[in-house]
Amino acid sequence: MEVPILRQGQYLIASIQSALTDADLSHLREALIAQVGRSRCRGVIVDVTALDVMDSFAVRTLRDIAHMARLRGAETVIVGIQPDVAFAMVQLGLTLKGVATVLDLEEGLAFLNRRTEERTFETKPKKPSGRG
Amino acid sequence: MVDNRKGMSVSTRASEAPALSESSAGLLRELVAHLRQNRTQLREEWARRITRAELLTAMTEEEIFAEATAVYDNYVEALETGTFEALQAYSRRLSERIIPRGVETDEVVGIVLLLRDVLARSLFNKYQDNVEKLNRILDSYEPAANRIANTVAVGFVEERERIIRQQQEAIRELSTPVLQVRERLLILPIIGVIDPQRARQLTEQLLRAIRANRAKVVVIDVTGVAAMDSGVANHLVQTVEASRLLGATVIVTGLSPEIAQTLVTIGVDLSEMATVGDLQGGIEEAERLLADRAAPTTQVREIAPESTR
Repeated sequence: MEVPILRQGQYLIASIQSALTDADLSHLREALIAQVGRSRCRGVIVDVTALDVMDSFAVRTLRDIAHMARLRGAETVIVGIQPDVAFAMVQLGLTLKGVATVLDLEEGLAFLNRRTEERTFETKPKKPSGRG
Repeated sequence: MVDNRKGMSVSTRASEAPALSESSAGLLRELVAHLRQNRTQLREEWARRITRAELLTAMTEEEIFAEATAVYDNYVEALETGTFEALQAYSRRLSERIIPRGVETDEVVGIVLLLRDVLARSLFNKYQDNVEKLNRILDSYEPAANRIANTVAVGFVEERERIIRQQQEAIRELSTPVLQVRERLLILPIIGVIDPQRARQLTEQLLRAIRANRAKVVVIDVTGVAAMDSGVANHLVQTVEASRLLGATVIVTGLSPEIAQTLVTIGVDLSEMATVGDLQGGIEEAERLLADRAAPTTQVREIAPESTR
């Protein structure tokens, strides 16, 4: 199943709506990374609120997306991991080290705003956005 | 039927086994009749001995006498019928009444054994001229009396255990409060012994609360936890990581020397876990983190210019 990738200002938002196969996940990774370069965006948000199972391949793919996007110049944040999923992941040792995770989409946007502000400060100080 | 049996017991005095059991039934009936006859006197004697032995000190003399009467009647009935259900039910009800008063197991066992002694003594007095009959009466009395003592004591202990289990559950439910001290800041004070089941429950409650309160920082205070085995310590670390996946930073405070030792022994990656000495320090640290997140524009850049690129 295709994952819709939306553009919101400087960010890309991939909202996963249902359980994905490994092929779907690989496809999502490629589509996202290609679009990061094409649209010159500064941040990527992957919303996994709808997932109630997260296997090692999914976690690995999310980590790959984050690392690859960083190499292409965009920060990635994973949003909406369910409490039960989070604990199951940790028990399996899938802790997404080095990848930013926040509660939900709103927090994700706030997080990216903060990050990009920090990064652009030295070159061109902009007016701070509403939610800091 | 009753008369028939009695007749047999009288006619066959010989030591054949089935005849003997028949005669013992007859003796038991005789015994019950004796206990009924002397009810008032024996029961007073029993109550007197309970008071003298300083048992049931939590109860008044009237209460002791009232309970003694009820126990006595149930006792005689159990002897007569040979069924213990009624006595079991009674001892359960009795336990329910007296456990909250602080009556101990040894007291309950003590009073039942006293009753046994009182009745045995009265049998001695009645049959002292006829040693052979006394022996046979005691033969039929003792097993039944022992079984009664057993039933009452077991009933009491079972009731106690039921209450203990109930209280354990109540404590378990009470013991996992997740408190919001201010917007985005949760505190989870853990007190007492953590077993794997409780650890699991704590984690679930915390993760739910993080989601429900949209918490950014959580302070887990383990000052009230004296020791932790490696399994629970591992669980704590997993809780910290799971909270991070939900976007909340966890600060652990009040780690005792013993727990610190455990954490180091199992090789916890301490770089992933923020720890502060006490709860006060933890809350201060949490407020600092929240302030950073709320207004990163000036502060963060000045404090950590290397994080900008």
